[in-house]
Amino acid sequence: MHENENQAIKQEHTGFPWKQVVGLILSLGLTFLALWVAIGLSLPVNVTLTIIVALAIFQAFIQLFMFMHVTEGTEPVHQIIGILFGIYVAFAVVAGSIWILAHVF
Amino acid sequence: MAESILSLDSKDKKNMPLEYTTEEGDLRIVGFWIFLAAELVLFGTLFASYLVMQSHTAGGPTARDLFKINPVMAETIILLVSSFTCGLGTLELRRHNTKGLIAWLVVTVILGFAFIGLEANEFYSYAVHEGAPISRSAFLSGFFILLGTHGAHVSLGIVWVTSIIIQLAQRGITAVTARKAFMVGLYWHFLDVVWIFIFTAVYLTGLVI
Amino acid sequence: MQNITNFLSHFFVTGDPMIYGADASIALASIGIVVVLTYFKKWKWLWDEWLTSVDHKRIGIMYIIAALLMLFRGGVDALMMRTQLALPNMHFLNAEHYNQVFTTHGTIMIIFVAMPFIFGLMNIAVPLQIGARDVAFPFLNALSFWLFFFGAMLFNLSFVIGGSPDAGWSSYAPFAGAELNPGVGQNYYLIGVQISGIGSLATGINFLVTILKMRAPGMTLFKMPMFTWSILITSVIVIFAFPAFTVALALMTIDRLFGAHFFTIAAGGSPMLWANLFWFWGHPEVYIVLLPVFGIFSEVIATFAHKTLFGYVVMVWSMIAISFLSFITWLHHFFTMGNTAPVNAFFSISTMLIAIPTGVKIFNWLFTLNRGRIEFTTPMLWALAFIPNFTIGGVTGVMLAMAPADYQYHNSYFLVAHFHSTLIAGTVFGIFCGLHYWWPKMFGYLLNEKLGKWSFWVFMISFNICFMPMYFLGLMGMTRRMYTYPAGLGWGPINFIITIGAFGMGLGFIIMALNIVWSAIHGKKDTTGDPWDGRTLEWSTASPAPEYNFAHIPTVSTRDAFEAMKEEKREGRTKPQLPFKPIHMPNNSGIPFIMGGFMFVAGFGFVFEWFWMGIPGLLGVVACMIARSFVYNDHHHIPADEIERIERAAGRLS
Repeated sequence: MHENENQAIKQEHTGFPWKQVVGLILSLGLTFLALWVAIGLSLPVNVTLTIIVALAIFQAFIQLFMFMHVTEGTEPVHQIIGILFGIYVAFAVVAGSIWILAHVF
Repeated sequence: MAESILSLDSKDKKNMPLEYTTEEGDLRIVGFWIFLAAELVLFGTLFASYLVMQSHTAGGPTARDLFKINPVMAETIILLVSSFTCGLGTLELRRHNTKGLIAWLVVTVILGFAFIGLEANEFYSYAVHEGAPISRSAFLSGFFILLGTHGAHVSLGIVWVTSIIIQLAQRGITAVTARKAFMVGLYWHFLDVVWIFIFTAVYLTGLVI
Repeated sequence: MQNITNFLSHFFVTGDPMIYGADASIALASIGIVVVLTYFKKWKWLWDEWLTSVDHKRIGIMYIIAALLMLFRGGVDALMMRTQLALPNMHFLNAEHYNQVFTTHGTIMIIFVAMPFIFGLMNIAVPLQIGARDVAFPFLNALSFWLFFFGAMLFNLSFVIGGSPDAGWSSYAPFAGAELNPGVGQNYYLIGVQISGIGSLATGINFLVTILKMRAPGMTLFKMPMFTWSILITSVIVIFAFPAFTVALALMTIDRLFGAHFFTIAAGGSPMLWANLFWFWGHPEVYIVLLPVFGIFSEVIATFAHKTLFGYVVMVWSMIAISFLSFITWLHHFFTMGNTAPVNAFFSISTMLIAIPTGVKIFNWLFTLNRGRIEFTTPMLWALAFIPNFTIGGVTGVMLAMAPADYQYHNSYFLVAHFHSTLIAGTVFGIFCGLHYWWPKMFGYLLNEKLGKWSFWVFMISFNICFMPMYFLGLMGMTRRMYTYPAGLGWGPINFIITIGAFGMGLGFIIMALNIVWSAIHGKKDTTGDPWDGRTLEWSTASPAPEYNFAHIPTVSTRDAFEAMKEEKREGRTKPQLPFKPIHMPNNSGIPFIMGGFMFVAGFGFVFEWFWMGIPGLLGVVACMIARSFVYNDHHHIPADEIERIERAAGRLS
């Protein structure tokens, strides 16, 4: 695991920035795909929302791994757990608020 | 023990990139990651408020009335490309190429300005031409504050990157400037992540519903 | 001229003799402090040694001093309320003034007493417990303190300038909105709490990183002292709860200052959204002020039972469970808001679930006491009293957790009694316990045991006189926040007893203050650094600890690390004295204080909607951040011979 990471870091010292370019192409591709799903297709609203949110989550992970190097560092487990806990709480506040407030107006 | 599963021994530290080589750099990078995790909740709360308010247009303009896909796509592409150029900056940092790093950071700042310019223009046209200022409805309050908070983060990021460009020009790449450049890169990519969700949950959703 | 008088009469709070008295005493106290500092030529000392300090021990002491002052103010507020309610139809306070007093009481006690007191104790104890020389980010630590301090000062200023907030500490919309609550009072709440909240978030990050990354060699996570564990979990909750509060406060500020419609009734706003966001922070906040004191009690009970803590691993996992569950129980604060049945059911169940890990801890402490060699010191008395008193608060909490039953209890004095039972028997007993326990480590002498026990008994008995009857008062129908009540409902005698209890608690606090003054002059010196026969590393260094904490970073091989070291010594296995090496320490900095000052100026400007003042204040804050970014020489070394001199003076070289 560590060796792989260190090799990955070393490889970056030379050659074409594949990781970054692939990251960019994927982000742009996913963005246009989401746009097409939302505007181009006329699926039922719930299906559309599910697909575009899933695409957004996928794209966020691309940023996290390909640009932000979340698995890098002396003890990456700390930031990984931190980000996961952040995702948990952010999900709780978004889903909880929508669920609670959908019916009380 | 659980905490050592992914940890490196100190002998591996010399193989690490420059920004991790001092204890101070190591601590600050972890601290900054934790800060970004907290920012997830901050934006999560803003998203929650916006999504709850989305349908509360109080007879004013709706999302579908206001949003136009071309400027939004322009903003999105600019921000995605700026994340890419910022990533190339980090790559040059790893190659200890000060000039390359500064050049990519300058490009990133220019793209940042372009994004802020477009967003300011969008806000201005809503508030002034479309009769949709922040005080018009709960929906617009949520919209302006969610996007405004993101925009304020990008603006602060521009100031921060500029300050680091100056420090890099003065001192070159050292353990300290490397750490700063790496951290500002994390920040910039994070703002891109937030934008992906704004693009999806605000704009695309607004056009679908 | 007319304009100026008009402005001044709105700017300063006027019309109430009590306020003029307070004005006079604030002015006199300020003049007194300035005169004393000038006469004794202490300004430079104050600036160099305290205001610019980045030493976690000094920051801890400053937190505790500020928190004690705020506790005094919050306590006076409580006594004013209890005087007003002592008899039916009292006219001591009018309705408006009563509203202001309960608002400031609640806000101050939670935000400006409980949290800073805990932050103070953790600043003092955590780096010492893990064998570190400072926190991960000493500069940020000082900044956190000054943000808290200036936030608290801004909030307190409302008392004499502009008028106090009066919408309750939970500031429910729409009453807290601009339409129903014009004026600056609510702005003070929103902005003062916001500034101090930013400091809290920074403290959370700071201590999380400190505990994760700066432990002494050999101290794995499961060998950490329980107080440090509790702070680790608390930091996680602070980090993830406070951003939600930051947003909620900001949204209401924007509503009030810029005419947005988040929480208004008009234009589609949702007052319920405020309750939702407030409690999304507010419930985790309960655990932020409770988990640390669970940690303190664990340390104190183990120390004075002279046993290792029972069920350490279970205790840790129950706190981890709490950190997850505390984020999904918030709705139980507003069961009665008209939610659907599935929503209420979900949060009712999650609330009962979170009682389980809390209940588990009670058994941990009881089994630690079992067959222990118990020593009844003042800190131990607070810890022992905590167990039954807190359990009552916990059990009534489970009663409130049942959504259908909550319709009966909601917003009655039953609820008031419940949360005071948890927050006083938990947090307040805990911070007093920690104060007595770590006092020798902070100042190098002990607090007097006799006075300490007097203050304990007076406070603890009065607490029960005050809050036990409240449960019954609630069941008899008295609701919270009513400023007076008619005779003939049968509430009078109970209220009178409660008021006696409240004044008894005030007396207990005064005895504690006397103890502090008396012990400062006559207190027994702690020459060993280990006055209680402690088990954890903070007792292995001198009292007070030197600037660098440990001349040599200790190596840890087991839980209760210092106890193990003493055991080794008893068995005659001593390690050879190593030579001293220079120690790398952070420099003091004036920037945190100045940045806090700019925040105060900005905050004051926004309170009065004077943007000519608020915006330059914020620019000052940004300028401080940039200035800090260009500082590269921020460390110094303490030379080895200096360390040897300090260690010799403390009598730690044989």
